[in-house]
Amino acid sequence: MKTEQLQPDAKIGGADVFDLAMSWRGLRINKMCNALSQPQERAAYQADEEAFMARFRLTEEEKTLVRARDFAGLLQAGGNIYFLLKLGVVTGNGLYKMGASMRGESYEQFLATRNDAGAT
Amino acid sequence: MGRIVAGIGTSHVPSIGGAYDRRKTETPAWKPLFDAYVPVREWLKALQPDVAIMVYNDHGADFFFDKYPTFAVGCADSYGIADEGFGTRPLPAIPGDLAFSQHLCRSLVYDEFDITVCQEMRVEHGFLVPMHLCFDPGESWPVASVPIAVNVLQHPLPTARRCYRLGQAIRRAVDSYERDIKVAIIGTGGMSHQLTGSSFGEMHRANDLDFLDRIERDPEALAGLTHQVLMEKFGVEGIELIMWLVMRGALSGRAKKVHRNYYAPMTTGMGLITLEEQS
Repeated sequence: MKTEQLQPDAKIGGADVFDLAMSWRGLRINKMCNALSQPQERAAYQADEEAFMARFRLTEEEKTLVRARDFAGLLQAGGNIYFLLKLGVVTGNGLYKMGASMRGESYEQFLATRNDAGAT
Repeated sequence: MGRIVAGIGTSHVPSIGGAYDRRKTETPAWKPLFDAYVPVREWLKALQPDVAIMVYNDHGADFFFDKYPTFAVGCADSYGIADEGFGTRPLPAIPGDLAFSQHLCRSLVYDEFDITVCQEMRVEHGFLVPMHLCFDPGESWPVASVPIAVNVLQHPLPTARRCYRLGQAIRRAVDSYERDIKVAIIGTGGMSHQLTGSSFGEMHRANDLDFLDRIERDPEALAGLTHQVLMEKFGVEGIELIMWLVMRGALSGRAKKVHRNYYAPMTTGMGLITLEEQS
């Protein structure tokens, strides 16, 4: 028997749910990030970010989000958090830095909200 | 005949892997997590399972959204260590049990679970963190594994009840296996975490503790929850907890709790429960 699992356009804690519409929208971004699982691709990205983005046919809007390291914007554009983490590695933006900016806090402010920030 | 001997629910947070590799297991911030698994490894060493079925999710290390399986089952004699984007971790490759995997795949499909059969699969933190928390790797691992990857990334996800039923089908597959093997099953992920949006880092301690109670005593109630409710209780990414229901479905109602732990230092409720079948 079919049970509805999600409310339409569900938002949870201010976040979108990564569904098929999001995944289709974010396919270029996620495909580019996926390539960064290979060391030679990470090197290629760091050598020439613009060429890398062009290779994965990012739109101008998507490129702007990447250049600005706007991870909240990239999520809205269909980027999946686990793939964006790979972009974080090559641009020096770890998960907690991304999270702090999603909360509108500095990295230090965010760490101060944790139970034990030694466990990073 | 095969036999399920133990079930484990455990978080698989990637930073646990980083702390393990950098030998930070004794630091004040990490000790409460790692210490909880010392008796678990001793217990498993005594139980001597032949196979560990690891129910986990890939985080973009080996699967991509070009084609995305709902349930993918490893069917190989060994599984490599994947590079998730920050290099390959220094862990031995994972030995498989090909004959058992082939039996499991046949049994699941004829039991009407239309899984994706994977003869090449590389595993990552979702699999590896629980693996090195539960088993000590020497030159190799003391147990063969079967990875089962569940889609918890791209909605529509399998329902909580479907995950529970998959566990029940896994039990039937183990029960009908011709060899006398002992099987442990590990459901991984969660507990509460939210990695996206303005509530980044929000945890739900009371809900996590309630989940630990119910996964032991009242899994039916958890199997009836929708994704909406689960995400409201545990965060968007906390939906990974549906994978614990695969583990629970594979155990009988007579299984008894042996260990339990909860620790939440940063952005994820790190939970642990172990259950043992009574012989």
